[in-house]
Amino acid sequence: MRAAVRQGVSVALATGLYGISFGALSVVAGVGVLPTMALSLLLFSGGSQFALIGVVAAGGSPVAAVATAALLGARNTLYGAVVAPLLGARGLRRLAAAQVTIDESTAVAVAQTDRRAARAGFWTAGVGVFVLWNAFTLVGALAGDALGDPRAWGLDAAAAAAFLALVWPRLASRAAQGVAAAAVVVSAALVPVVPPGIPVLAAAAAAVLVGVLTGPRPASPAALAAHGPTTGGGTPGHAPDDATDESDESEARTP
Amino acid sequence: MTTTVLWVTVLAASLACFALKLAGHLVPEHWLADERVSRLTGLVTVALLTSLVVVQTVGDGRGLTVDARLPALAVAAVALALRAPFVLVVVLAAGAAAALRALGWG
Repeated sequence: MRAAVRQGVSVALATGLYGISFGALSVVAGVGVLPTMALSLLLFSGGSQFALIGVVAAGGSPVAAVATAALLGARNTLYGAVVAPLLGARGLRRLAAAQVTIDESTAVAVAQTDRRAARAGFWTAGVGVFVLWNAFTLVGALAGDALGDPRAWGLDAAAAAAFLALVWPRLASRAAQGVAAAAVVVSAALVPVVPPGIPVLAAAAAAVLVGVLTGPRPASPAALAAHGPTTGGGTPGHAPDDATDESDESEARTP
Repeated sequence: MTTTVLWVTVLAASLACFALKLAGHLVPEHWLADERVSRLTGLVTVALLTSLVVVQTVGDGRGLTVDARLPALAVAAVALALRAPFVLVVVLAAGAAAALRALGWG
């Protein structure tokens, strides 16, 4: 659990400092200091925020600005569905959890091996990024680029390394390695041709496809009649392996 | 954009993005309890994290760029293979990228 908190804090620092870039760019784009702060407080999703001010700066319509922000925010729906069972939050806590459901909080939560650590990691990263992102948005909006580029401190590489460290322990099974390879190919191929935020969704879709194609077949009545209940599907020697790997994992993840 | 239109845009986008986040949290839990679905969520998690690594390492908002982030990620991978703790991995990657840029590359 302490490891989860440490991960959350590291991720919050690396990401939160980027608020400077957003604040400075937003003011340059003609969005005033108050609307800029409203975006970081209320919208709170980096990709969507950068996209929205991009449309505003380019003189786009309000409908285009809202639609672009929503398109890029769609991955947060998937994140919410993944973290909700780990958090078990109700009422106001659930609303707060929804607001801080972003790349970083989800990544830290799902990387943990038990539910308590997942909760600690989610809230540390989520609230940590929220506080720092907003504080540094204000700094950037007021001070502009005077503080320098976070890239010079290597913070963009720090964020990439944090995501790599979070996925690393999950790459033990052959199925996971296949999915990771597919995600690399799909993401790299799509980055130049689609808006930010979409490659992540496409990689998730590819994972579902790989999972369905390589996984144990559903025990439909027809399958039971054709193969009997014990064969489990058409790729002998492959499916049982994966099934073992995955059941190990789900055991580890149960509190 | 006038100030009023700008505020309407900001608030409408915020509402839309919050609704998207909340929708995920309101997915009935028993949908995800199914064994096949939970296997898929495990794989989707790997795909999401891997995709974030790729986008964060070679994405630049418009296309693919190879710069100081890629060697920094290699440093992180070596550190992970040597079982370095999380914080050290992150700090080493930042240091590698910052050093390369200080030397005028990437």
